Amino acid sequence: MIERSLKSLAAALAGKEISSVELTQTYLDRIARLNPDINAYITVAPEKSLAQAKAADARIAAGQTTALTGIPLAQKDIFCAQGWRTTCGSKMLDNFVSPYDATVIERLNTAGAVILGKTNMDEFAMGSSNETSYFGAVKNPWDRDRVSGGSSGGSAAAVAARLAPAATATDTGGSIRQPAALCGLTGLKPTYGVVSRYGMIAYASSLDQGGPMARSAEDCALLLDAMAGFDPRDSTSLERPADDYLRDLERPLAGLRIGLPKEFFGEGCDAAVMASIEAAIAEYRKLGAETVEVSLPNMKLSVPAYYVIAPAEASSNLSRYDGVRYGYRAPEYADLNDMYAKTRAQGFGDEVKRRILIGTYVLSHGYYDAYYLQAQRIRRLIADDFRTAFKQCDVIMGPTSPTTAFKLGEKIDDPVQMYLFDIFTLGVNLAGLPGMSVPCGLVDGLPVGLQLIGDYFSEARLLNVAHRYQQATDWHLRRPAGLD
Amino acid sequence: MKQWEVVIGIETHAQLQTRSKIFSGSSTAFGAEPNVQANAVDLALPGVLPVLNRGAVECAIRFGLAVEGEVAPKSVFARKNYFYPDLPKGYQISQYELPVVVGGKLTITLGEGDAAVEKTINLTRAHLEEDAGKSLHEDFHGKSGIDLNRAGTPLLEIVTEPDMRSSAEAVAYARALHALVRWIGICDGNMQEGSFRCDANVSVRPVGQQEFGTRREIKNLNSFRFMQQAIDYEVSWQINEIEEGRAIQQATVLFDPDTGETRSMRTKEDAHDYRYFPDPDLLPLMIDRDWVARTRADMPELPTAKKQRFVADFGLSAYDATTLTASLDIAGYYEAAVAVAGKGAAKPCANWVMVDLAARLNKDGLDIASSPVSAAQLGGLVARIADNTISNNIAKKVFEALWAGEGQSADEIIEKQGLKQITDTGAIEKLIDEVLAANAAMVAEFKAGKEKAFNALVGQAMKATKGKANPQQVNELLRKKLAGA
Repeated sequence: MIERSLKSLAAALAGKEISSVELTQTYLDRIARLNPDINAYITVAPEKSLAQAKAADARIAAGQTTALTGIPLAQKDIFCAQGWRTTCGSKMLDNFVSPYDATVIERLNTAGAVILGKTNMDEFAMGSSNETSYFGAVKNPWDRDRVSGGSSGGSAAAVAARLAPAATATDTGGSIRQPAALCGLTGLKPTYGVVSRYGMIAYASSLDQGGPMARSAEDCALLLDAMAGFDPRDSTSLERPADDYLRDLERPLAGLRIGLPKEFFGEGCDAAVMASIEAAIAEYRKLGAETVEVSLPNMKLSVPAYYVIAPAEASSNLSRYDGVRYGYRAPEYADLNDMYAKTRAQGFGDEVKRRILIGTYVLSHGYYDAYYLQAQRIRRLIADDFRTAFKQCDVIMGPTSPTTAFKLGEKIDDPVQMYLFDIFTLGVNLAGLPGMSVPCGLVDGLPVGLQLIGDYFSEARLLNVAHRYQQATDWHLRRPAGLD
Repeated sequence: MKQWEVVIGIETHAQLQTRSKIFSGSSTAFGAEPNVQANAVDLALPGVLPVLNRGAVECAIRFGLAVEGEVAPKSVFARKNYFYPDLPKGYQISQYELPVVVGGKLTITLGEGDAAVEKTINLTRAHLEEDAGKSLHEDFHGKSGIDLNRAGTPLLEIVTEPDMRSSAEAVAYARALHALVRWIGICDGNMQEGSFRCDANVSVRPVGQQEFGTRREIKNLNSFRFMQQAIDYEVSWQINEIEEGRAIQQATVLFDPDTGETRSMRTKEDAHDYRYFPDPDLLPLMIDRDWVARTRADMPELPTAKKQRFVADFGLSAYDATTLTASLDIAGYYEAAVAVAGKGAAKPCANWVMVDLAARLNKDGLDIASSPVSAAQLGGLVARIADNTISNNIAKKVFEALWAGEGQSADEIIEKQGLKQITDTGAIEKLIDEVLAANAAMVAEFKAGKEKAFNALVGQAMKATKGKANPQQVNELLRKKLAGA
């Protein structure tokens, strides 16, 4: 049962082959057994999950089902869920129980999905290895000495370890695609504005975007169908007719033009990883696609631009964690300023503090033009590069990450090395484009991710391109050993 | 001794009269129990997002049109970052580089009557922003309470150029602005509840000097009287400092009404760096020409235009026209009265509204909106004076009767109480004959050249008819009779 696709699980539920309560219990049992070591979940609440499953079973019995009714899902702990502790991976929100549902949660609840638990993540989504979580690092199910990636490392590990059939995640600079790559999963970061950010705890508002993480493109399409849509509570949500992300899945790839940015295929990527990418592209040629070289000349500037814009927004977004109304407050303090200082010094981890400091600095009087405005100009140049490239091609391909999963502790003390690990993913967020990562190989037993980047609102096309590849290959069906 | 020139600029926070907050659906009603009007967005819970209330934008457009400023086709919300317990997000959503209204002007009148002069005060800008909550420092035994009901209430911050040259000009501006925002229905102007708060930037410089002196900003002036007192104190303090050889430091000061003094709250050195940047949660505010046109069509006639029309169409003096356009309620009442009384009675209507009605309202502590005598009733009353149905004196009786609710209209009261003026010449002649016969002594006095006696005879005639005789006719006929007698 745990190897089945969402579609097949839905059929099993509809055909009374299994009940949602049984399915949910199966996963809860696995979580109880495996999570203490893998640490994919921060919070599980079996009674809540089973109550939802029971309600789903009643809906199924009444014949009122959607594609997700009764399906248990892991929710990244960045999404507020009513009655659930929602920590965002931080000590600051260790005691925060959300009184409301994020739009994504509300939509999935309405569809009848079951919340299995809240998954681990880098603190406030700031990190590329899930090592900045207050609740401890997540272990990569493929090699438990290695990182699961970040910031959605908990969601990735949960799905890879079959502790959930699929999960929600968020992506500010690669946080869906990179952990999906490192854990052998399929993940989609939609066009900015497609999935509501309401109730999704903000890291960098102009870059944050929620999306699905699952084992296949088809599962991602099903999940995105439920997650996406205009939300009047999010002013940056796009008011456009709901898309059907399943509509193009089977479309043949003949004539597909794949753009290969020379900047993705130069130095900086592990040779064995690159070999897997080249093999995947060769597979696409077999499926009828053509390739064309394109250029993203400003890609190298995406790291500095990102590490100005994201911290700037974060420094302001995280000001609300002040110990006044909710969350952590230092136990002892002399006066108001001391309360702020101690609360934030004790409540935030090092990486969060580092980014708040950077962000505060770049927005300061006298530095704003040189850093923040300059970074915004670079952001436009990067978006222009993509626009130019998409005149020549339908989809851009390249590696998601320069290497496979690295060892726990390997980069955590070297922030710059950690930041550079996101070189291939950041540009997509700065431009607001949709991007995916699809498993395309194993190097020394560790998964490699192929990144697909599409033009604005081309999610259905990206899912189609990924799905056809997954019909021709079995990388997405590989699973880590030692999970039973 | 050096002559000093005072330079003042005013920043006003006007609370906009929207039902809900500027970025959330919570109510903006005043006076609720603490924190009952604060939802997830107002509390700045993790993950919440602002959604702009278009009603607040509508208010800004109305203001921009009223002051003939430019309503910006594109303006941008920015975050002003600072920590304070009653500022839930740790930043205030405001507008910085691109405000919703650019420029504009307001005409103020200084002095009264014939000595009145007008002056134009130029506006720099007006921008939309959210209010903070309130910190309550009493009743918590050494701790502070936070009430977030006010957090997120829409404000329009209106900033002038440094165009005012005295506390009197500053107060005249504040009063004119106060009247305008109420006139166009965007702010209730309640200064006690903090709906209309002014900050005054004050500096002095030797007369003839081009450069401005260093300014100090007096915060949160919540009455016109305090504004006058605070500026006067501040000006004399600054002049004294300079004359004593001390330089003025840029500072924010508070006015203490108990001592009548201003005192420094913080200096430039400890001023915040607010780290403004465009709020990524909100799209730029786009206002298309259609929206402006629709708003313009929905606007009341503005006080200046109405004033000019009152002078041109109704033949009122500038002073009367100014008085009758002090508020939309007064102007509306007056126009409604004229509509009933007829344009020919516009002047007496003005007198009735400004003198008799105003005095009566004042006596009972009422405002014109709650006047027991409606505009239509007053117009009907003035019409009966104009067509000689009743005299002015009888009209006062009828007015009191209307005030007391003794009838639905002046006509009804005149009819019921038999107050109709006697205009029948025969009847008046007969009456005069009776008065002359009964007051031979007075007649003799008049004939001896005592003009006063004539007035006494008129009085007797009026008394005999309980004031109902047409006084003019009584006068004329009495003269005729006395001349012939």
